[in-house]
Amino acid sequence: MEVTIIAETTGDSLHPITAQLVGAACSMGGTPTVVCPGGIGSGEASSISGVNKIISAEGECFDSFDSRAWANAISPLCEGVVMSSSSAHGREVLAQIAAIRQIPVIQDATGLEGGIRITRPIYSGKAIETSVVSPPCAISVRQNSFESPGNDGDAEISTVNSSSDVGVSVREALAKANEKLDVSEADIIISGGRGMGEPSNFSHLYEIADVVGAAVGASRAAVDTWDEIPHGMQVGQTGKTVNPSLYIAVGISGAIQHLAGMRSSKYIVAINKDPDAPIFGVADYGIVSTWEEALPILKDELAKL
Amino acid sequence: MTIAVLLKQVPDTTARITISGGVVDEAAVGKWSMSPYDEYALEYALQLKESGGADLIAITCGPARASKILTDAAAVGADSLIHVLTEDSGMDSSNVQSLLAAAIGRVGADVVLCGKQAADTNAGSTGPGVASILGFTCVGMVSEVSTDADGFIAMRMGPSGNEKVSVSKPCLFAFDKGSMEMRRPNVRGIMMAKKKAVETLTPSDLGVSLIDSRVSLESHSAPAEKPPGQKFEGASSVPTVVSKLRDEANVI
Ligand SMILES: Cc1cc2nc3c(=O)[nH]c(=O)nc-3n(C[C@H](O)[C@H](O)[C@H](O)COP(=O)(O)OP(=O)(O)OC[C@H]3O[C@@H](n4cnc5c(N)ncnc54)[C@H](O)[C@@H]3O)c2cc1C
Ligand SMILES: Nc1ncnc2c1ncn2[C@@H]1O[C@H](COP(=O)(O)O)[C@@H](O)[C@H]1O
Repeated sequence: MEVTIIAETTGDSLHPITAQLVGAACSMGGTPTVVCPGGIGSGEASSISGVNKIISAEGECFDSFDSRAWANAISPLCEGVVMSSSSAHGREVLAQIAAIRQIPVIQDATGLEGGIRITRPIYSGKAIETSVVSPPCAISVRQNSFESPGNDGDAEISTVNSSSDVGVSVREALAKANEKLDVSEADIIISGGRGMGEPSNFSHLYEIADVVGAAVGASRAAVDTWDEIPHGMQVGQTGKTVNPSLYIAVGISGAIQHLAGMRSSKYIVAINKDPDAPIFGVADYGIVSTWEEALPILKDELAKL
Repeated sequence: MTIAVLLKQVPDTTARITISGGVVDEAAVGKWSMSPYDEYALEYALQLKESGGADLIAITCGPARASKILTDAAAVGADSLIHVLTEDSGMDSSNVQSLLAAAIGRVGADVVLCGKQAADTNAGSTGPGVASILGFTCVGMVSEVSTDADGFIAMRMGPSGNEKVSVSKPCLFAFDKGSMEMRRPNVRGIMMAKKKAVETLTPSDLGVSLIDSRVSLESHSAPAEKPPGQKFEGASSVPTVVSKLRDEANVI
């Protein structure tokens, strides 16, 4: 089965989801070709085990993000099952490729089996949908849902020029509120809620994040209450959906809309002074304590590792 | 300028989702609401209308119950309301896209606003798909939009933070959480909205023949129950939790 994977990049290198997509494609018996938009990461991609070939797609339209231009330029290079990350960019490009190719699109798969049987969360994780679709089709995959294969590949790279008219131009890139790791890219996330009391107390979360290489997130109450906490940090139904290995919720009550964005994290730790806070219902490890008492110890213990 | 906003009715985020006979039981949903991101799309559609003297058309596709959100949109200022009536709420995304694109084409909108993803499907396919069918420029992850000389200026989430982008017409904006919450209707708005006509169209009125989906639903199921977690009293338990994260969970 022919599979085309659209590589996902961060800056000048490949995002780890790209290798996970190769793993997912192989697990359902596919032979993956990886298309690298703008040629970024093609060298790296060729070493992922199991990749059949790499298409380095070069064109002016890849200089900035315009999903229609990207879809128009990438679509002719695709065959069979088209796969991408279920990141915001990934979904946007994939949905347009599906519309151009007139194939069905299924977003945010967390499970895939040959056949093709797809499982994905719906209703913000309150239910799971299982459906069956035959190729050709388009599927985006949630980060950390599949293992990445090894790095002993040596796929051939071919360069193709493909571009399309651009309708979006960047006027100004606003400096990120902080140069820190984004929650949607992190494998460990520590998030603060209204229980942090003051936005300046988020510094305790940043210190711990630095120790373990984590990203700092926030609840909507924190983002809405304090201007200092940018909305890009919000996790939940109207914020980001995250799927890290470890999610630490500090001073967050665990409202259903917050859980919608983080309940599929592999392990959840909750620090809250209220023993009845709903967050403890999803926590693997719950600590009933104020953050003022718990965070200094947490930082020291993590620093010792 | 004619503005279209795509609004979907979904179970309220606080509603319980129950499964019966292997599918989500819609009859058991206690409360239906406008999908959260669509509220931001509507607010910014109203702002565009106010700044440019345009006509704002609210469009939904769905069963009879869905027309309520059109009336809600009228209460805050939508000028005309279109309900594409379909009974199958689990319809293939390509069919939804074709119907919405046809409705947009019918009113001749040159800018479309919608949510980045609906709270039921969680997909994020509709906006980009509709844009592609119409040949519109598509901008996602938008938090603000305003008019500019010959197009629009939007704020979107870029790879390394917010970006201000200029966008040429015709175009579609898929909204992330906006910087401004949707305004609340006043009494006068609510009274006016009750009298506002909803134009109900069927797929054949729009000249769309629905395709047989190649995606077949096998089942809906409840999410896997997590084993109950371990709960510890007091900050003195932090070292225990850290060692469990290392030895039991292997995540640090
Ligand atoms: C349509 C819609 C969409 C929404 N989307 C989102 C979303 O995307 N993300 C989101 O997060 N919310 C979202 N919400 C809001 C959500 O319902 C909650 O209001 C919000 O998550 C509450 O945030 P919080 O837990 O930080 O605050 P609170 O509910 O106020 O909880 C604060 C917690 O901190 C604890 N605490 C207080 N002091 C301390 C201390 N010293 N040490 C330790 N613990 C302490 C308290 O016991 C409490 O549990 C949405 C709501 C709606 C209606
Ligand atoms: N049936 C529908 N009627 C009106 N708008 C819709 C419909 N389905 C999706 N949309 C719009 O498209 C967005 C994304 O939906 P989805 O692709 O299902 O995640 C929603 O937030 C709505 O703005």
